[in-house]
Amino acid sequence: MLTVVIIMTSGIIVGFIIKSRKRIIQTNDKLTTWSIYVLLFLMGIGIGANKTIMSSLHTLGLKALIISLGGVAGSILLGWLTYKMFFKKNQNEG
Amino acid sequence: MKGSLIILGFFSLGILIGASNIVPEWMTSTDYSQYALYVLMFLVGVGIGSDDKALQAIRTMNFKILLIPITTILGTTLGIAIIIPLIKGINIKEAMAVGAGYGYYSLSSIIIKELHSEWLGVVALLSNVIREVITLLLAPIFAIYFGKIAPICSGGATSMDTTLPIISKASGKDYAIASLIHGIILTVLVPFIVSMILTL
Repeated sequence: MLTVVIIMTSGIIVGFIIKSRKRIIQTNDKLTTWSIYVLLFLMGIGIGANKTIMSSLHTLGLKALIISLGGVAGSILLGWLTYKMFFKKNQNEG
Repeated sequence: MKGSLIILGFFSLGILIGASNIVPEWMTSTDYSQYALYVLMFLVGVGIGSDDKALQAIRTMNFKILLIPITTILGTTLGIAIIIPLIKGINIKEAMAVGAGYGYYSLSSIIIKELHSEWLGVVALLSNVIREVITLLLAPIFAIYFGKIAPICSGGATSMDTTLPIISKASGKDYAIASLIHGIILTVLVPFIVSMILTL
């Protein structure tokens, strides 16, 4: 946890310092996209080779779906409350 | 949407190759991915730090806009807490970590795989992709029945890029900035919240 926080925070600071160097930033964006591709590709290989996961992929999918539905339902219901309480009446102000 | 399809393509290709047993043993047995994740976290950080939009967002932010990401975080937490009895074989901590991806599937699934397990990483990937797809399909309906904030909250971290166009269409252009700021805040928070939940 701490490692992740430190690494990302130092990245933000470095990014802030070098932000005027557009070419480095562009390269950084490309590297980010490609490292996500590579990591997910490798993750796929690990999962494909893992027989326990492969045989339970449909139950994992069902778990995933229920979690998404719960998260979205909670978000829109609370979003509705926030909208009614803080946004709707004051629409003209903001 | 194109980005998510490419990512899913790479992921599926990996699964096919992994399942076909053509990969040498050393590739699947040793775990290099932790270091790869650290590199990725650094790159993501540089991207955020160098983005003027993120800084401008903080400057123009007022109290009210800040309420939206808080709503999303609380709403997701509550929603998952309520549905957790419906899911077998997953505890509340694991489900919360998956939910705390807020649609940011690429990073959250990788972090969860590293800090927890491969199977939960798969759940996180699928669940957060589903969240993005639900938002893309249902944002207009959410806006009509649950107000203009609802599509933003549903989109989670994706409200700054992939779902921004549909949110701006469903809730109106005056909510586009709120949507952008909301997405930026959640994107920055995802790695912290996910790893915090898993190391509690």
